[in-house]
Amino acid sequence: MARILEKRSLTPVTKLFRVESPLVAAAARPGQFIIVRVREGGERIPLTIADYDRDNGTLTIVVQEVGTTTGYLGALEVGDDILDLVGPLGMALEIPAGGHIVGIGGGFGAAALLCLMRELSARGDRTTIIIGAREKGLLILVEELADICDDLELCTDDGSAGFKGLVTERLAQLIGGDGPGRPDSVVAIGPMPMMRAVTDTTRDFGIPTLVSLDPLMIDGTGMCGGCRVTVNNEVKFACVDGPFFDAHQVDFEEAVRRNKMYVQQEQASKERAECRSLAMGQD
Amino acid sequence: MPLKRADKTPMSERDAELRSHDFVEVNEGYNFARARFEAERCLRCQDPVCIDGCPVRIPIPDFVHLIAAGDMAGAAKVLRSANPLPAICGRVCPQESQCEEQCSLGTRFVPVAIGYLERFVADWEMGQPAGEAPAQPTRAEKVAIIGSGPAGLVCAGELARLGHPVTIYEGLHAAGGVLRYGIPEFRLPKKVLDWEIEQLKRLGVEIVCNVIVGKTLSMDDLFEKMGYSAVFVGTGAGLPQFMGIPGENLNGVYSANEFLTRVNLMHANDFPNADTPVMVGKRVAVIGAGNTAMDTVRTALRVGAEKAMIVYRRSVAEMTARVEEHHHAIEEGVEFHWLTNPVEILGNKDGWVTGLKCISMELGEPDDSGRARPVPIEGSEFVLPVDNVVLSIGNRPNPLLLQTTKGLKSNKWGCLVVEDESAQTSLRHVFAGGDAVTGAATVILAAGAGKSAAAAIHADLCGE
Repeated sequence: MARILEKRSLTPVTKLFRVESPLVAAAARPGQFIIVRVREGGERIPLTIADYDRDNGTLTIVVQEVGTTTGYLGALEVGDDILDLVGPLGMALEIPAGGHIVGIGGGFGAAALLCLMRELSARGDRTTIIIGAREKGLLILVEELADICDDLELCTDDGSAGFKGLVTERLAQLIGGDGPGRPDSVVAIGPMPMMRAVTDTTRDFGIPTLVSLDPLMIDGTGMCGGCRVTVNNEVKFACVDGPFFDAHQVDFEEAVRRNKMYVQQEQASKERAECRSLAMGQD
Repeated sequence: MPLKRADKTPMSERDAELRSHDFVEVNEGYNFARARFEAERCLRCQDPVCIDGCPVRIPIPDFVHLIAAGDMAGAAKVLRSANPLPAICGRVCPQESQCEEQCSLGTRFVPVAIGYLERFVADWEMGQPAGEAPAQPTRAEKVAIIGSGPAGLVCAGELARLGHPVTIYEGLHAAGGVLRYGIPEFRLPKKVLDWEIEQLKRLGVEIVCNVIVGKTLSMDDLFEKMGYSAVFVGTGAGLPQFMGIPGENLNGVYSANEFLTRVNLMHANDFPNADTPVMVGKRVAVIGAGNTAMDTVRTALRVGAEKAMIVYRRSVAEMTARVEEHHHAIEEGVEFHWLTNPVEILGNKDGWVTGLKCISMELGEPDDSGRARPVPIEGSEFVLPVDNVVLSIGNRPNPLLLQTTKGLKSNKWGCLVVEDESAQTSLRHVFAGGDAVTGAATVILAAGAGKSAAAAIHADLCGE
């Protein structure tokens, strides 16, 4: 069990939680993830560790309420416990030091850049963060991210903040020498289409790019193989070999297809969860 | 000598048509009259060779005689003194190739149904009120156990009995390892597992879930930060193997581990009341013919498959599943494709499984395993139309702990290397047993390894 110490709404459907988990906080490295289960009969879902604080024994996670489990999780309050929390899982990010590293966060993926880019900045890399959202109000953690990198680039579809356009369009400008300039390597975390677009943007320029894949998982320790992805024509288990992979070698088409395997069931599950909460409300 | 009945006393089983649609246990167990009737068949050999067939060396004739004498409490005590998991072993042990294979009656007749009797005693015990609380730990040397599968549970139980404070670290959210995620409810009801675990807790064993040693804690943490004097590694063989044929990543393809875990651990059979689904179409092919394959194919029927089939490249004679499991699968309507080797999984344009392309095989000369080598028959390819393919072709030990523990040695299959006698690994005070050492094997072999490792750990710590 992990006690929730702090909860913040970052957008109407995005919640930040700081939770008590001293063992995981002590072992965590940037880029790793945890698996949580929030109720008896609940599923196990992976969540990226956005940040950790070893001294206080806490983890920060950011959740977008899109499905059954993220819905239950988003409804928890300070003082509640997360039923099961295990980690840290996966391999930490490894990226050659000394260059200009651009971290790109799409949607709530921006949160995952917190501990990651802070560590890169701390070891002396030149760091740029690009985050994007539909409009200004949906950009998250802007101040926190600004504190941990050399340059923060904001992108919005409607131009209400920063660059008007997609993160990949701004990335292309940087590659062309604009703003903080061409990256030596890129790391992208966010929705699959965004990571795929980043990959396509950097491919022709030969810029090393890592993406953080988030396939469906159960145990997170290599036991079920549900999270298998094809990278460089080899089958990998994202839970133990990942979550970071060489973006230019990832079979995105397969990864996207496998992530949609349970679309119908996810809908059925969500409807059942709504019924459950209605029934509880009547008590 | 009194005349002995040649046949064993049958155990009642639930109707195959009925049971193949639910998860209630298939075998219904003996009643008292049947158990006594069967116990009286024991020859009371002077040299009870049945014990040699038991990896945990249960004094079999002793508990069988006590059943015959009607002393159930006595029988339970004898059984539990040698095996901390009798209700589980009585259900899932391959007795026919262990104690019962040795049974002297078996030379002319059917051996005593030792497994059925073990289960009967354990089930009787489950129905009794809990006795007095056992003694608290008497030793100062703490032992950490990694993994709560059969090896870890038995090792923990034995060490607790020897007076050591014991903590089991389990990576999943519930204890039991393969007994929890692998073996289905209809073979091993979870309430039986829960009860056995409860008995260990009563002995003082502490179980901490959601901790992965190698990730959450390191081996060094266990010794240096947490003050354990010894560690037992019982991490099992949980790394599923794939065949490497085209189409394995299509939607609708599972490892047996994933398929069974979704149902057994996550209760996908109760979806959408439980939140984890399992995708089962009308026709399910399970590749492999071990006990896990039988569990998988029978589970597929129970979660809605209209047709569930085993596809195996060898013949029925080389199958590794227990005869009883095979027999139950036949009764429940499972279809068997022997001498059939999958070569490709076919899918539609959206990436969903539509068929399994196979080639027929014939048996050739014996191979390294001593079994006849299956050889493809040229030009015999055909397609089985299926909606799901589940691979049950074996597991290897999980490499997580190895990757993060310096100096821990393994062989080329990823199995931990231990000294035969002591179960000690390449690291001092670190012991190992079960599937993590042997590769995927049986519950009782793991239990046996856990038991002998406990003795070795006790000797290591106390010099006894």
